[in-house]
Amino acid sequence: MMNQTLNQTPKIELRTSPHIKSGRTVEQIMRNVVWALLPITAFSVWQYGLSALLLIVTVTATCLATERFMNRVMLTGNTLSDWSATITGLLLALTLPPSYPLWMGVVSGFVGIALGKFLFGGMGFNVFNPALVGRAFVQAAFPVSISTWTPAFAPGRFSGLIPTTLTAPLMTPPDIAYWAKHALDGFTGATPLARWKFENVLATPQDFLTGAVTASAGETSAILILLCGGYLAARKFMDWRIPVAVLGSAALLALAFHVFSPVRYPEPSFVLLSGGLLLGAVFMATDMATSPVTPWGVWIFGGIIGVVTVVIRYFGGLTEGVMYAILFANSLVPMIDQYTQPRVFGSLSGQRKGKKA
Amino acid sequence: MSAVGKWLPSGLFGRGKTFARGIHPDSHKDTAGLAIRRLPFAPEMIVPLSQHIGKPAIALVQAGQEVVRGEPIGRADGFFSLPVHAPVTGVVRAVEPRMTASGAMVTSVVIHTHPSSDQQVLYRTPQDVAALSGKALIQAIQDAGIAGMGGATFPAHVKLAPPEGAVIDTFIANGAECEPYLTCDHRTMLEQPNDVIAGVRLAMRACGAPRAIIGVEDNKPDAIRALRAALRPEDAITVEAVVTKYPQGAEGTLIYALLGREIPIGQRTSAIGALGSNVMTLAYIGRLLHVGEGFIERVVTVTGPGVARPGNYLVPLGTPLRFLLEYTGAHGNEREIVLGGPMMGPAIASLDVSITKGTSGVLVLGAAEIATRSARSHPCIKCGECVQVCPKGLNPSMLGMLAAQRDYDTMVGHYHLDECFDCGCCSYVCPSNIPLAQQFRIAKGVLRKRAAATP
Repeated sequence: MMNQTLNQTPKIELRTSPHIKSGRTVEQIMRNVVWALLPITAFSVWQYGLSALLLIVTVTATCLATERFMNRVMLTGNTLSDWSATITGLLLALTLPPSYPLWMGVVSGFVGIALGKFLFGGMGFNVFNPALVGRAFVQAAFPVSISTWTPAFAPGRFSGLIPTTLTAPLMTPPDIAYWAKHALDGFTGATPLARWKFENVLATPQDFLTGAVTASAGETSAILILLCGGYLAARKFMDWRIPVAVLGSAALLALAFHVFSPVRYPEPSFVLLSGGLLLGAVFMATDMATSPVTPWGVWIFGGIIGVVTVVIRYFGGLTEGVMYAILFANSLVPMIDQYTQPRVFGSLSGQRKGKKA
Repeated sequence: MSAVGKWLPSGLFGRGKTFARGIHPDSHKDTAGLAIRRLPFAPEMIVPLSQHIGKPAIALVQAGQEVVRGEPIGRADGFFSLPVHAPVTGVVRAVEPRMTASGAMVTSVVIHTHPSSDQQVLYRTPQDVAALSGKALIQAIQDAGIAGMGGATFPAHVKLAPPEGAVIDTFIANGAECEPYLTCDHRTMLEQPNDVIAGVRLAMRACGAPRAIIGVEDNKPDAIRALRAALRPEDAITVEAVVTKYPQGAEGTLIYALLGREIPIGQRTSAIGALGSNVMTLAYIGRLLHVGEGFIERVVTVTGPGVARPGNYLVPLGTPLRFLLEYTGAHGNEREIVLGGPMMGPAIASLDVSITKGTSGVLVLGAAEIATRSARSHPCIKCGECVQVCPKGLNPSMLGMLAAQRDYDTMVGHYHLDECFDCGCCSYVCPSNIPLAQQFRIAKGVLRKRAAATP
């Protein structure tokens, strides 16, 4: 009778070993990055009000729509479910100023996904971080809007929009200096980096940690970014070595400059906390597809980003250097990987001479 | 070794002896507490003449002939070959090609078990092993038909014969048993420690090693205790715990964990003064040599959610898998049957194959276990997980991309494909569900064929 049961076995599957899997999937990794970005997004909305909310929703929706559109065009099958386009959308929105005109946000989202991702062949094949490609494009295309800053915690931020938000497509946004001054007394319209660079005024670490500074939508709360990044690192959805390398190298270089000339150069803590360095180090440099795979490679990659960021900030024409530093390091990844291949077990260079036992 | 780990002495932070990278799959060693039981004799035995790597044995029997349990039915064809012995007393029905686990048809001796026989081993030639020289020991091990029981089925005597000029200073007995689910080595060490130690002593003499180390993963403290208790004061044998990590039981990784020596690329373990064998292989050497019996049965772990009575069974070699599964109560809802462990064992296509010398386990997986493996495959997102687990220090991410382009020459030339030993760690961790280990096996197969075609 048992024999019959076995004979009737409908099918046994033939697969090759290994027959067990760790259970980690791309979807799980990406979904967790989205979860980690949500608190930062929520804080940004609380800080900047309705305009920030509209911008984030618009940019993310654009990224998702572009992804779907490119799926159709390139016949790749639906890749929305891998969550990577959602990450790109959220990250891109968080790097834009809260007052950013929505139509420009749409342009950046489309460029990020279409040019930054699908032109290379889709997820995993892209050389550059798609969110940063989108941002770099609009920084070049609309330089004024991307450096138009509005005050955080302005009263009335939930009852109305920043005037520039609803600028009609292809129109120049209105000047909001007057509006911003009314929105919050004493508002200067410059980020802490710009104020340091052009006016030599330093913001305090307390301002940075609580987010009470002027910046892009998601760059402001250091504590939140570190907490969310810590979650990802603890659950191994993110390579902790990259942010450590970025922040470490930036801090070391800044410290060297500060020791050389304390008057001319700010303390390392200012460099670490200002601008987009934290957000970039934790969420953008760690993008798996555009960072090295080798253990040594990630340290070098992070180190390059930290150093280039500081160099651009101190000596470049721009106030902020994180974006270009990451894009630059992205372009070096194939070479870094090439030269940091792990040592193969049994290759003579690393042969241990001593006998342990 | 990882970049940082190189400077850390092993044992720092209580980490114990181990190798770099590797993975920690769920152990599922549910059968570890189940004592070895004898499986009844199947009415029909299918005994392939090739159950090892090397030349097949030459049949000594023909259809219609009666054989007694333990009698040679195939003789070794040269040094790189093994004899085969009758697992039961019965009548040879045929000597014909039958399917084996790999899917290949192999000439097999089909024996109908004599139903009224008491199945005592009647064929034996006892010998005084203490008087045998190293060379004679090697011969005796070959005559017993013992193949490596860890899975690779390399003839045991070939492994124990050091190449000309090689000096072996340490013999390594491999009791790591790092594959999930398998517990047959564990039970053997626990229940037959004296056989294991006797085998180690003989192996040391065969290869001329002055000392031996038995490496056991630290999840088997009872086995370590049992082995230590079986040692005599004059034995130059130590039993060492190694960290529980896959693939700790691969030869290169275990030797590294115990001795801190790496096998140089393209060389054998004898190049660094070490030779190794699996503990069950040694237990059979220790038990069979002095009584002069052939290797006709082994311990097999039968486990997995698909069997009602999992356990460790003493299975006559040649027992059809179908008989084994009936006896152990396969529910009939099995979806995948693996011979060996889940990391490296092959899935079998038919229940009509038989248990052979290298079968360490029969793992029956149901639909639930298969469903947990995500069906969807993504492109490589370069997360680098595979690079962080490859025990050989390879770059599976890069190798996978090259395999997709069928650039096999670059895989070998620049990325050391030859060093890959199919441990499957890369496939295990890959979040994109890329069948890396499979791609590498295919690449190696293509390259082997190409090399054979162009002399």
